[in-house]
Amino acid sequence: MRWKKTDYTGWGRALHASAEIARPERLSALKALLADAPAPAIGQLRSYGDAALNTGGRAIDMTRLDRILGFDAETGVVEVEAGAKIGDLGRIFAARGWIPPVMPGTGFATVGGCIANDVHGKNHHVVGSFGQHVTEITLLQGDKPRKLTPDKTKVLFKATVGGLGQTGVIASAKIQLMPCKGDMMVLTERRVDGWEEFLSVLENSRADYNVGWIDATAKGVNLGRGILEEGEITSGVSPTKGKARDVPFNAPHWALSAPVVRMFNEVYFRRVPAGGRTTVKPISAPFFPLDAIHNWNRLYGKRGFHQFQCVVPMDQAPALRQMLDLIANSGLASPLAVLKRMGDGRAGYMSFPMEGYTLAVDFPNRSGARVLIGNLERMTEDAGGRIYFAKDALSGPDRVATMYPEHGDWLKAVAKADPDGAMITDLVRRLNLRNTK
Amino acid sequence: MNEAWIILGATSSMARAFARTVAARGDAVFLAGRDLEDLNATRHDCTAHGARLAEVVTFDARKPEGFAAIIDRLEREDGLINAVVFVGSMPEQSAIDADPGLIDGTVTDSFTGPARLLQMIAPLIEARGGGTVVGVGSVAGDRGRIGNYVYGAAKAGFHTYLSGLRNRLTRSGGHVVTVKPGFVDTAMTWGIEGMFLVAAPQKVAEDILKAVEKKRNVIYTPFFWRYIMLIIRSIPEPIFKKMSI
Repeated sequence: MRWKKTDYTGWGRALHASAEIARPERLSALKALLADAPAPAIGQLRSYGDAALNTGGRAIDMTRLDRILGFDAETGVVEVEAGAKIGDLGRIFAARGWIPPVMPGTGFATVGGCIANDVHGKNHHVVGSFGQHVTEITLLQGDKPRKLTPDKTKVLFKATVGGLGQTGVIASAKIQLMPCKGDMMVLTERRVDGWEEFLSVLENSRADYNVGWIDATAKGVNLGRGILEEGEITSGVSPTKGKARDVPFNAPHWALSAPVVRMFNEVYFRRVPAGGRTTVKPISAPFFPLDAIHNWNRLYGKRGFHQFQCVVPMDQAPALRQMLDLIANSGLASPLAVLKRMGDGRAGYMSFPMEGYTLAVDFPNRSGARVLIGNLERMTEDAGGRIYFAKDALSGPDRVATMYPEHGDWLKAVAKADPDGAMITDLVRRLNLRNTK
Repeated sequence: MNEAWIILGATSSMARAFARTVAARGDAVFLAGRDLEDLNATRHDCTAHGARLAEVVTFDARKPEGFAAIIDRLEREDGLINAVVFVGSMPEQSAIDADPGLIDGTVTDSFTGPARLLQMIAPLIEARGGGTVVGVGSVAGDRGRIGNYVYGAAKAGFHTYLSGLRNRLTRSGGHVVTVKPGFVDTAMTWGIEGMFLVAAPQKVAEDILKAVEKKRNVIYTPFFWRYIMLIIRSIPEPIFKKMSI
């Protein structure tokens, strides 16, 4: 197997790495690579920061190991290789009445990545996190396969789910799909005029799927205004698929400057009639709104961007409001800002979710934004919340322990699973997650 | 009418993409190759993608004694039988220079092995009055170059064989598509210096199926390789022999 010297980035394109990458096409080739020299696995590079980067080292690109290895139409359990894209699973099975219970914001994420980050979706308050629906993981430690289940190998399972690839290479997994009526979604959108109203509509929403889009440029009385989206899966006839569009090159830096974003957000807010509206769409549209535009990360120009995402406990909503106030007054926000109510579902020691509210906002990669994100992290910590490894690119080594109370358990399991530190990535080094410094 | 595909060399990424594409049409697929563990994974994948039937058959281009069993299995299958050949091997030219014996294996893998099996499938197509053979050759077969002329020669032979087979099968309603891919993003090309305009296997698979449906004779994929190779073929030999491209 050849190693290819590659310069690559996370989805935010703010952090870069140069590494040697191999891309096995068969399980036997993957095992041969790992027997020879273990290296961390990477997928579609949809984590924003450096979760998939390994500067000066090696990485194994899993995207060619993307097959469905079995499906039980009685129980709805599907076994897939780790490189399979979650959106493809949704597309293939929804028409047959089954759907992955958890889908993150992009269908391009691989199953391996969904496990390693224990991702959540717009229905987290109902079904919990991705890892809670994984019934078995085939983990390669060296070239030795191990079957992990939530019951029989509890510790290693909990260290692997949300474990950022540190316990070994996830080769395949079994996922319990959820019955669904079809592959369409009834989507209701309504305007929300301000912060307090947003919290209350999120609290009272009875929909399976919900998410709030926030106009992060709105200040004063309009602070926290936005659109609440609620969805329910239904059956129906899907119109012919729209063609994906592409952003062919880097946009100039002013493309997402403050006046442009303010104008865009105003239009986006008013796009939904004052009385709200209900439409029926193929599920891919509400699940993966941005996937319709390939390489949308180029809109931020060649310097890239950051996404800040935190979750804070329920009673810390006022702290979140302060954060939003800070963001709105900074004039640095981009159109992408999302507020969601989270349940307490999580499956790993290092899983992100906690009962409370999560806020995610994109910022162009500028010094002002980096300072702002630092402040937001501090406020998150003070509020007893946590930041999301799949998004983070800026945090330092000292914050994690307090944010992730089970870090110690994870560390013990990982030290045993990967004693030589062969799976360490730039993210793990930067945050000193393995206490190697 | 029901269609079945025998896919030779089904462990390659191009073949896998193609198998998935025809599986999604609801066709039957016979996945032929040597790595049975890997073929079995692809078999499940084809079933999940909608194949009416997916089976693994053992095929080794260098072991023609196994071919009869494949034909037996295909004969028992109703409907149209299509065959698509993705097999081939390309040792480094320097390895061949050091061990000329490697020529035999290269020619067997890339030409005579699959041709022998196609020769046995041809009567099935004739008897059923239809069916398509797809032979995946290579732009390397269009002109011998210093870097890989043994592989190129084998593929050139295969191209000529396919042309003759097309001439034969067309009389009974069958068809043959010759596919000449340029650089494709596979394990064969991964990490090799000097690759450009590399196509995704999925793109090649879609191009092949389109060519089958439109009954094209010879396609280049991606299409622009037709023009690149037109230029390369038209360089006069006195000049070409001094070039290294």
